[in-house]
Amino acid sequence: MSLLDYFKISKASTASLAKERLQILVAHERTSRNQPSYLPQMQKELLEVIRKYINVGQDAISVSFEQDENQETLELNIVLPDLPIKNT
Amino acid sequence: MARIIVVTSGKGGVGKTTTSAAIAMGLAKKGHKTAVIDFDVGLRNLDLIMGCERRVVYDFVNVINGEATLNQALIRDKNCNLLYILPASQTRDKDALSQEGVGKILEELKKDFKYIVCDSPAGIEKGAHLAMYFADDAFIVTNPEVSSVRDSDRMLGILSSKSRRAEQNEEPIKEYLLLSRYSPDRVKLGEMLSLEDVQDILSLHLLGVIPESKSVLNASNSGMPVILDEKSDAGQAYADIVDRYLGEERPHRFIDEDKGFFRKLFGGK
Repeated sequence: MSLLDYFKISKASTASLAKERLQILVAHERTSRNQPSYLPQMQKELLEVIRKYINVGQDAISVSFEQDENQETLELNIVLPDLPIKNT
Repeated sequence: MARIIVVTSGKGGVGKTTTSAAIAMGLAKKGHKTAVIDFDVGLRNLDLIMGCERRVVYDFVNVINGEATLNQALIRDKNCNLLYILPASQTRDKDALSQEGVGKILEELKKDFKYIVCDSPAGIEKGAHLAMYFADDAFIVTNPEVSSVRDSDRMLGILSSKSRRAEQNEEPIKEYLLLSRYSPDRVKLGEMLSLEDVQDILSLHLLGVIPESKSVLNASNSGMPVILDEKSDAGQAYADIVDRYLGEERPHRFIDEDKGFFRKLFGGK
């Protein structure tokens, strides 16, 4: 061990923190990258259909796509307003 | 067969233009006729880095619009007669570039040039998209820093899905990593992501590490690509990169810290 080592700060380095944060983030972003490209268009069209009947906002719908080794899951979430106003 | 190289990163300020200028000069100096194109319409800077800013008459957009011929717009480099620069337009906005127009110009250049280096603007919008769309090889310039690594990864996703090669199911673009502004001393202190850390995330073919260097600013100040500063560490790093790209074996350098006088005295590794 050299004399220099005595002056080194022993606390966890910011570089290892950076690497850890990046690994988590990049893994997450890579999964969303593999989503089918039709998803945004489908979300838009679904919203249009729903809005024919129910008065919901643009952001009332969320679509998520998940993929693991065995299956693909498409999750569709629609938040309905408290009082349905349109009567058709 | 001509090859189109895109120099890209996603993030701005990581050294794309410095790299484009250096490798284009390096390839030309090795005897390959090379063109370097600035895709940053509205914010051109390659002309400044190459030191030809006062010789710009026509630009990329003029050629696309048929207002000038390619030969009128190409500027021959003052240091190397095998190197030509196609500047971006400073007055138009980025929508002035069209995929068809860019494709036509690249096809024309391919007849006459061995290498065509496309200096991409930052971001993932039209200019960046068109810079990478026709590429055969991609040089990903990354700094050892979280936002740069993340943006590089995003750019890799775009290269593998939105490029011409991807769309036409051809052999994918060859992707190379150029890790720039690297400080081995700071890596040793645990203040900076190491080459290994970056490679754990990106796992690309490493073309070279460019150390953080005073010579880069000196080079841009004087409008001389840094590779011409043969004594400088950054200049040598780029020369190695060009050699490796051309298939020559060069051991990697600038990865471990300098053993300064103080360190030698105290036996630091």
